Amino acid sequence: MGTEVLTGWGRTAPTTAEVVRPADAGSAAAMLASPGSRGVIARGLGRSYGDAAQNAGGTVVATAALDRMSWSDEAAGLLAVGGGTSLDAILRALVPRGWFVPVSPGTRWVSVGGAIAADVHGKNHHAEGSFASHVTSLTLATPAGTREVTPSDDPDLFWATAGGMGLTGIILGATLRMLPIETSRVRVVTERAADLDDVMARMSSGDAGHRYSVAWIDCLAQGRALGRSVLTRGDHARVDELPAAARQHPLRFDPSSHLSVPAFVPGLVNRTTVRLFNEGWFRKAKSHATTIEPISSFFHPLDAVRGWNRLYGPGGFVQYQFVVPLAAVDIVQTTLQRLSALRLPSFLAVLKRFGPADPGPLSFPMPGWTLALDLPARLGGLAAFLDTLDELVAGAGGRVYLAKDGRLRPDLLAHMYPRLGEWKAVRDRVDPQGVLQSDLARRLGLTLQRRAA
Amino acid sequence: MNDALGAPQSVLVLGGSSELARAILRRLVARRARTVILAGRDPERLKETAAELLTLGAETVETLSFEATETAGHQSLIDDVFGRHGDIDLVLFAFGTLGVPERDATDATGAAEVAAVNFAGSVSAGIAVAGHLRRQGHGTLMALSSVAGVRVRPSNFVYGSSKAGMDAFFQGLRHHLEGSGARVVVVRPGFVATRMTAGLKPAPFATTAEDVAECVVRGLETGEDLVWAPPVLRWVMAAVKLLPTAVFRRLPG
Ligand SMILES: Cc1cc2nc3c(=O)[nH]c(=O)nc-3n(C[C@H](O)[C@H](O)[C@H](O)COP(=O)(O)OP(=O)(O)OC[C@H]3O[C@@H](n4cnc5c(N)ncnc54)[C@H](O)[C@@H]3O)c2cc1C
Ligand SMILES: NC(=O)c1ccc[n+]([C@@H]2O[C@H](COP(=O)([O-])OP(=O)(O)OC[C@H]3O[C@@H](n4cnc5c(N)ncnc54)[C@H](OP(=O)(O)O)[C@@H]3O)[C@@H](O)[C@H]2O)c1
Repeated sequence: MGTEVLTGWGRTAPTTAEVVRPADAGSAAAMLASPGSRGVIARGLGRSYGDAAQNAGGTVVATAALDRMSWSDEAAGLLAVGGGTSLDAILRALVPRGWFVPVSPGTRWVSVGGAIAADVHGKNHHAEGSFASHVTSLTLATPAGTREVTPSDDPDLFWATAGGMGLTGIILGATLRMLPIETSRVRVVTERAADLDDVMARMSSGDAGHRYSVAWIDCLAQGRALGRSVLTRGDHARVDELPAAARQHPLRFDPSSHLSVPAFVPGLVNRTTVRLFNEGWFRKAKSHATTIEPISSFFHPLDAVRGWNRLYGPGGFVQYQFVVPLAAVDIVQTTLQRLSALRLPSFLAVLKRFGPADPGPLSFPMPGWTLALDLPARLGGLAAFLDTLDELVAGAGGRVYLAKDGRLRPDLLAHMYPRLGEWKAVRDRVDPQGVLQSDLARRLGLTLQRRAA
Repeated sequence: MNDALGAPQSVLVLGGSSELARAILRRLVARRARTVILAGRDPERLKETAAELLTLGAETVETLSFEATETAGHQSLIDDVFGRHGDIDLVLFAFGTLGVPERDATDATGAAEVAAVNFAGSVSAGIAVAGHLRRQGHGTLMALSSVAGVRVRPSNFVYGSSKAGMDAFFQGLRHHLEGSGARVVVVRPGFVATRMTAGLKPAPFATTAEDVAECVVRGLETGEDLVWAPPVLRWVMAAVKLLPTAVFRRLPG
């Protein structure tokens, strides 16, 4: 236990908290019984970009030791894991035995607790929804005690916890429905799209034919090339699709980090480096190709470079991710136009077409287009730029993703998440004293504030 | 909370009637500031600023009385503000007096008053605020220093030295607060046309309260520890520091 300075993955807005590392679920739950005046929040692997897993002046419960993993029903693919178990650990243990996680975000370095609390989505959202839809039960420590929560016996609390950003309690464990796979490879179809209309048309007509789909947009392309992108779609490869040599060990899984960024870098992300990178990347992509790729390079390309967030230098960066209804394509277009007009250096933007939402009132995904952008925080002028985007997004009936957020204007939250009140009512029911607190909760007014005695 | 781009939601200003503070507050309210506490001496001016901020979108604005030289009351005043309002994201130290430079050069009482306000007042209130920021684990303390303290001129050496002292104090406080989650930002404006400088001949690189405020808000967004306003003064003052004494003494103004 000690005071530590914490930030999210974007390395903005540092605050300090007492970080405790309970050795087991019982001691983690006990942290809620005798909270200090500034409350408690759980923290997994700190991969949310903003201030969700911080609690200035209060207690932060690091869940790393809650890392158990066992089958609860192997035939049915039901896996019982601790709330601190990382997707990396699950994949290393189970890909070689023919199982994949039901939903994977763009990095393996997230905990199960973090994946549920943000109700994360993957490239298969259009087909299979978000993470919590594949959770059959969870063990939740609340200030009123620890309980099993399933979508059938307490749907309100289950769905308030999915996407609830840790504010309903500490997820001590969960049961996941895993996906059987024949090989550790993905058959990937890559297409180059000339502009935004082109890529959206391809996604609208063709996503249904693939389990996984995402497009990477070159944000610096302007004019007629606005939205030029590379669309990659894939499906788990069957053994007979592997090259002969690979069929010997169809489930081999050995992801590794080849590169690592030193602790102090001056900020290598600027307009020039971004332009060079994007240009090279777009040219490299074939106009149409089918390849067989390892799971790690298809799902988690950034994990190959450890600490890549430090490339943005000491000022950190902001990831802005929103979703707007399918009809509001103009918001995506306007965003890209403004971004390229301001020449803000964003590497690739990620575009995805979401499928149906799950019942979580604060769960981010909803049917529509989602766009994610990484922007260096120290640019100056970014605050005003993003404030304008928020209004466009809210006006179109869209929302921003709280797991990425560090700066949303609080009064827009209820517009973006119309069921916020419903969520708050459930939250306050399990935590009437406001024990669960985070910087995100204080900033956006998600919780009752406790006053120091 | 301060957001990822340095915008505070609650602000306490010591020296709430300062013109520089008012220009800064207008911009902060345009961003995220909703609670503002104005502490100062002149109730009329405080009320005026309060009314303006409310029309601009602030939700809670409170005024209260603060006298920089009454150091004995600082701790309880600051305790009271943090106790009633909860977290304060930004505390702006805006009080200061120029004194009467020609008089203070030879008048012990006048000179001591300048030092008491600018230096001793900052030290006392600074320590009281720092304790609360440390406890809440976050927050920005921003102090309006001055280029006058960078290399103290003969024409206003009493004021200049008091600003040099408060500037050094806040730099030291920054190091002391390292690892606490609290941040200390020192702002060094040049000559600004405000009430304080009314009737004085503008110095080179003179600027306006609006421009200073722009630099300050941008500095919060980009995470600067030291903000020069206008920014060019960083280089000008680096050069001034290198001037031989004989040349420095003969500089105009
Ligand atoms: C490179 C990269 C790519 C990403 N790609 C995607 C993506 O494709 N899709 C997507 O949806 N997200 C994506 N993310 C975001 C990431 O998946 C989420 O932020 C996720 O919540 C991170 O998990 P974590 O364990 O690091 O949680 P943390 O960042 O530590 O915490 C996030 C939230 O979860 C809560 N929490 C953590 N553990 C628990 C627990 N045991 N009980 C209760 N609450 C808990 C915290 O309180 C906090 O509110 C990406 C992030 C990175 C860095
Ligand atoms: N203007 C410049 O050229 C310039 C340049 C560099 C730095 N600065 C610094 O910027 C800060 C703000 O100045 P400004 O330009 O905005 O001038 P200002 O409007 O005159 O503000 C000065 C403030 O200090 C307050 N004050 C003075 N003595 C005080 C005391 N004993 N107790 C409590 N409050 C006291 C004043 O309150 P009352 O209204 O009650 O008098 C006023 O609010 C000062 O610290 C100044 O040193 C100014």
